[in-house]
Amino acid sequence: MTTNVLVRAENVHKSFGLNEVLKGINLEVNSGEVVCLLGASGSGKSTFLRCINHLETLSNGRIWVGDKVVGYRQDGNRLFELSDKEAARQRRSIGMVFQRFNLFPHMTVLENIIEGPVLVNKVKPTEAKRHASELLARVGLEGREQSYPRQLSGGQQQRVAIARALAMKPELILFDEPTSALDPELVGEVLDVMKDLAKSGLTMIVVTHEIGFAKEVADRVAFMHGGEIVELGPPLEVLGNPQHERTKAFLSRVF
Amino acid sequence: MKTQTAPGPTGTASADLKIVPRRHLGRWIGAAAVVLLLVWLAVSFSRAKIHWPTVQEYLTVPVLIQGIGVALLLTAVAMAIGLVLGVVTAVMRLSKNPVVSGVAWLYIWVFRGTPVYLQLLMWFNLALIFPVIGIPGLYSGRMIDILTPFVAASIGLGLNQGAYTSEVVRGGILSVDEGQTEAAQAVGMTRLQAMRRIVLPQAMRVIIPPVGNEVIGMLKTTSLASAIGVSEILSEAQHIYYVNNRIMELLIVCAVWYLGAVSILSIGQFYLERHFAKGSSSRQLPMTPMQRLTSIFGTKRKA
Repeated sequence: MTTNVLVRAENVHKSFGLNEVLKGINLEVNSGEVVCLLGASGSGKSTFLRCINHLETLSNGRIWVGDKVVGYRQDGNRLFELSDKEAARQRRSIGMVFQRFNLFPHMTVLENIIEGPVLVNKVKPTEAKRHASELLARVGLEGREQSYPRQLSGGQQQRVAIARALAMKPELILFDEPTSALDPELVGEVLDVMKDLAKSGLTMIVVTHEIGFAKEVADRVAFMHGGEIVELGPPLEVLGNPQHERTKAFLSRVF
Repeated sequence: MKTQTAPGPTGTASADLKIVPRRHLGRWIGAAAVVLLLVWLAVSFSRAKIHWPTVQEYLTVPVLIQGIGVALLLTAVAMAIGLVLGVVTAVMRLSKNPVVSGVAWLYIWVFRGTPVYLQLLMWFNLALIFPVIGIPGLYSGRMIDILTPFVAASIGLGLNQGAYTSEVVRGGILSVDEGQTEAAQAVGMTRLQAMRRIVLPQAMRVIIPPVGNEVIGMLKTTSLASAIGVSEILSEAQHIYYVNNRIMELLIVCAVWYLGAVSILSIGQFYLERHFAKGSSSRQLPMTPMQRLTSIFGTKRKA
């Protein structure tokens, strides 16, 4: 089996002022792989995820997605931050799903989904609408095109947000705690959609507290603590037989 | 099973108790006071030496209608300038570029910090500093020919308004969650695209009520433009009463026209607010008067 690396993070550091949040992250994610990032709040999971599509700048290190360094242009031994326009161009192929959905409340579900393809990728509106309806069916929301986000439950909103990310036909989707803002009974419907995506071969990096989901769906699990990845491996190893003290402590608290 | 009884000496079953809605005694007293005050005002106006036929006569005098027209036109032009400048400088103030935000800050500081009256006079007398204006090699003209009273008033009022509108727009932009910009960026939009398509339309909901207020304020501020020779309604009315001495009558005519214009503007604001309320609440939008009318008659027909 040939595996090609889609995402490669090398020595990623990030500080907010004097507070060093990421202390040298190294991670490779293969094309088609699902990697779950676990860890306590404040361990740097979300910050690392936001670095992957350059919503955060880096203090040190590099992240590649495909063959491009995200957010920077290398010239000799310097990294020059890309212009807003160039960074936006890179983000087209990297989808993101947020904890608080962040749907555009002044737009209908359909408008939310086609906004990116039509405005950014210059897809014809009729074609974008057709694709949007397909995606809505895929996330189990056929016929909800004309609803406004406020009229939907949290679980439905998050599924629309997933459809919105898929509409850009990304090669990678980042999930930032996609079920943390949901009522317990709505978590399942979102996880089901994500499982479905994982099966279809989409590359996914998921920050989550859902240990069950990680165990079932992830190819590999990374456990983060204090801005570092302290344990990385198949879910059964990391979750079933944790080696690191912190991982053991975290898992014993979660279960 | 035992039936529930209300506490007290005589236990009554809950089903037998009658619910009495709260009585609004204060409202009745208040309404009576307002009516009395209005009657008193009406009586004093009718007893005063106001010649009502004169009011009626001057209500449709062409110069005054032209005057309110000039006031409305000046309001439209100055507000257009003010809105464009306001949005641009608000976005500039929020920029990370210190030069850009500094320039915006300076503009607001100058134009908010000096009286409009003074600014109008300065624009009108700009020829004292720049006697000629033009694009080198293409065009040039004398400032006093280009800067007519109306042009000077438009620029003066517009620039002053822009400084205030800027702060209103900035407040509106800040009221939109940062996550909206991030979500827009995540689908590949640039910051400017996100501002135009996602943030500003949502900010409008917060921006429109105070801007509506400012449009109405502007309509009345245009009367200051008479100081630099713009023939708007109030200055025209003054010209008339200087001659015929019917001061109160002509001022009442002006008040009627101003009130009429403001009422029309308020209706416009209602529909604008309604348009930008899309998706902002899970409840239905407020009905337009037309819809309310049809709904009343609709239910009557059903009954």
